[in-house]
Amino acid sequence: MPSRSALLHALTAGEARQAAVVRRRKRLLALAFVLPLLLFILLSFVVPIGSMLWRSLYHPAVAEMIPHTLVELRQWDGQGLPGEPALQRFVEELYALNRERQSGRLAEEFNRAYAGMSSVVKSTARRLGRLDEPALATEGVATLLDSHANWRKPELWRAIERAGRVYTYDYYLTALDLEVDAEQGLRVRQDTQIYLQLYAKTLKLALVITLLCALLGYPLAYYLASLPEHRANLLLVLVLLPFWTSLLVRTTAWIALLQTNGVINTLLTGSGLLDQPLEMLYTSFATVVAMTHILLPFMILPLYSVMRGIDPSYLRAALSLGARPLPAFARIYFPMTLPGLSAGTLLVFIISVGYYITPALVGGTDGQMISNIIAFHMQRSNNWELAAALGSLLLALILLLYWLYDRLVGAGNIRLG
Amino acid sequence: MASHGADTAFLTFSNVKKTYDQQTLVVKDFSLEVARGEFITLLGPSGSGKTTCLMMLAGFEDVTSGEILINGRNITSIPPYRRNIGMVFQQYALFPHMTLRENLAYPLKLRKRPAAEIRARVDEYLALVELQGFAGRYPAQLSGGQRQRVALARALIFAPDIVLMDEPLGALDKKLREQMQFEIKRLHAQLEFTVIYVTHDQTEALTMSDRIAVFNEGVVQQCAPPNVLYERPANLFVADFIGESNKLGGVIEAVEADSVSVRLDDGTRVRTLKANRTTPGAATTVSVRPEKLTFTDRLGAVGNRIQARFVDRHYVGEFIRYHFTTAGGTPLVVKSLNDGSAPHLRAREEVTLAWLPEDSQALDRPAVATTP
Repeated sequence: MPSRSALLHALTAGEARQAAVVRRRKRLLALAFVLPLLLFILLSFVVPIGSMLWRSLYHPAVAEMIPHTLVELRQWDGQGLPGEPALQRFVEELYALNRERQSGRLAEEFNRAYAGMSSVVKSTARRLGRLDEPALATEGVATLLDSHANWRKPELWRAIERAGRVYTYDYYLTALDLEVDAEQGLRVRQDTQIYLQLYAKTLKLALVITLLCALLGYPLAYYLASLPEHRANLLLVLVLLPFWTSLLVRTTAWIALLQTNGVINTLLTGSGLLDQPLEMLYTSFATVVAMTHILLPFMILPLYSVMRGIDPSYLRAALSLGARPLPAFARIYFPMTLPGLSAGTLLVFIISVGYYITPALVGGTDGQMISNIIAFHMQRSNNWELAAALGSLLLALILLLYWLYDRLVGAGNIRLG
Repeated sequence: MASHGADTAFLTFSNVKKTYDQQTLVVKDFSLEVARGEFITLLGPSGSGKTTCLMMLAGFEDVTSGEILINGRNITSIPPYRRNIGMVFQQYALFPHMTLRENLAYPLKLRKRPAAEIRARVDEYLALVELQGFAGRYPAQLSGGQRQRVALARALIFAPDIVLMDEPLGALDKKLREQMQFEIKRLHAQLEFTVIYVTHDQTEALTMSDRIAVFNEGVVQQCAPPNVLYERPANLFVADFIGESNKLGGVIEAVEADSVSVRLDDGTRVRTLKANRTTPGAATTVSVRPEKLTFTDRLGAVGNRIQARFVDRHYVGEFIRYHFTTAGGTPLVVKSLNDGSAPHLRAREEVTLAWLPEDSQALDRPAVATTP
């Protein structure tokens, strides 16, 4: 039999149930409070990113337009021309698309898979359109093969078969400047290689911008942190002021400053320092300068708040122990500001890797970054799948860099304040 | 000026003044001579100038005028890193990104000592503060008392001429603080360094110091050993700041060799020791410590007596505090040991309190009488 005190100190079943009910109610209440935010994040963040990843792999457009042809092509061994049934199916489907005025879409898709096919598809569709239904069954294939030499090339049909796959990683290959060749398999793309270079340039520009922000921001944050609180707050407003003016205004201001007949060139040539104006606008130099200006507060703020928290007695202790001011700064103060420096560096670097507006406005062709080419594929070439693949690779790159950072520095070391 | 104390005084403050805003003096004409190995405490309310004096000695604040001499050498223009003064900070200021070993080795490395010597010395000082086996830990992994001991070891390890301590025990709880007071005294006795200790805690100052300089409004009110400070305060501020005291207003009637007779505000005549009020007719405050007031009349003819009415009593534990008021309305406190002799009093009961003339002093009287 349990002792009396043990009975007094134990929870009865009823009490335990009641405690559980109270806890559950509190949890539900807490959930109700965060629910709007959860939904918002889900709709504005998780869903778009998921959709992007999905779209970079899922490409049903061709399969929807010529389904029967693709069924037949699957029987084909890829050597020589596809069999008569496959060609006949294609002729019928192209004829149907032409009558629905959809052959232009197919032309665009084929052109992406095999260069130069846009006009070929369109003209072939027109020639087929002149035939009537019975003639299509008898003369259709001949008309097709006659209308352009490309239709007799096995590699075209192999390209069509690849483009017809609903799930494909081809866009990732394109984004990495790779392609699949029938004989050699995976290989570096022969005609154009732009994306890897662009990724490298994006990383390089982001590094330069981050470095400049750190070099400019660190002394300023140090100065601010050494001021009395009310003066520092006043000056901090000046640091934050750019945040309150439109990004476009600030970027356009750089155009006014940097252009060939802009403020800086006028000053330089007017004072006789230069004979010829410098070409500064529409270069990567302009991108670096304007973005450093725009991202500087992201470096200063975390640095400042970390430096504010450092008791001046640390430096005094170092001095009293016999360290000269500069070594004391390097050995004692600087390591203590690393959490702020890490946070600022990470913020600036990640923001600048994906930056779009400023390079688009002041960068020209030289100062373009990867996000500009993604926008190009979204808006101009209408190749959303490639845009999605490029974007997913960018995301993967940033996650990889963050992982490296965590391994080398430790993410727990980041402090924003 | 520097010469006369050169053989006795190790550290000299000579007419030191300090202003931050070119208008008000935070430290007004501070002079002090400290012998080698002495434990000096600067005591005073916050803003009284004691910490400023410490910072000037350490070299973190300039001296507006005057000199600070160590071994007869003026150090006011020497930068802090060449003064060879150890310092213990209120928040310890242990370098958080360094282990204890690195923290302690830091001043030795700066002095370019050989690695073997540094290692041995760090081990020795860790043992000294009873933290053997903690060398690889970071400050964040230590308790408050342990951090305090490391800070102490770091300030001592490079054998500085003087060790400064700026309210070093302020962040600790009462029990730890008492332990650390003992610890600091032990190290002081063992290593015989010179200490300038700043605190606003008078008990700490009394238990630890060889001499205490009491600061108020930038001026040293009195500099004396603890017992003198407590038993013979030089003025009313010191009597009030150090310990507790009963203050009876009155006028000096007659002056003798070392005592005066005073007529208190309620007409009672008492005899008391002379202090800083010695002219007949001058207004004075007679200060008596609460533990020197007694209920009994055992003191005989020499004792002073005063009538007072009982207000209430507070049970403190080792003693009992009785509150009274005199006929003139002055509050009086009596501390009586809780040894069975403490009487039980009825509400508003009239009693006679007594004290010996040598247990009280005639001090200055502020312009506005402090009657509640």
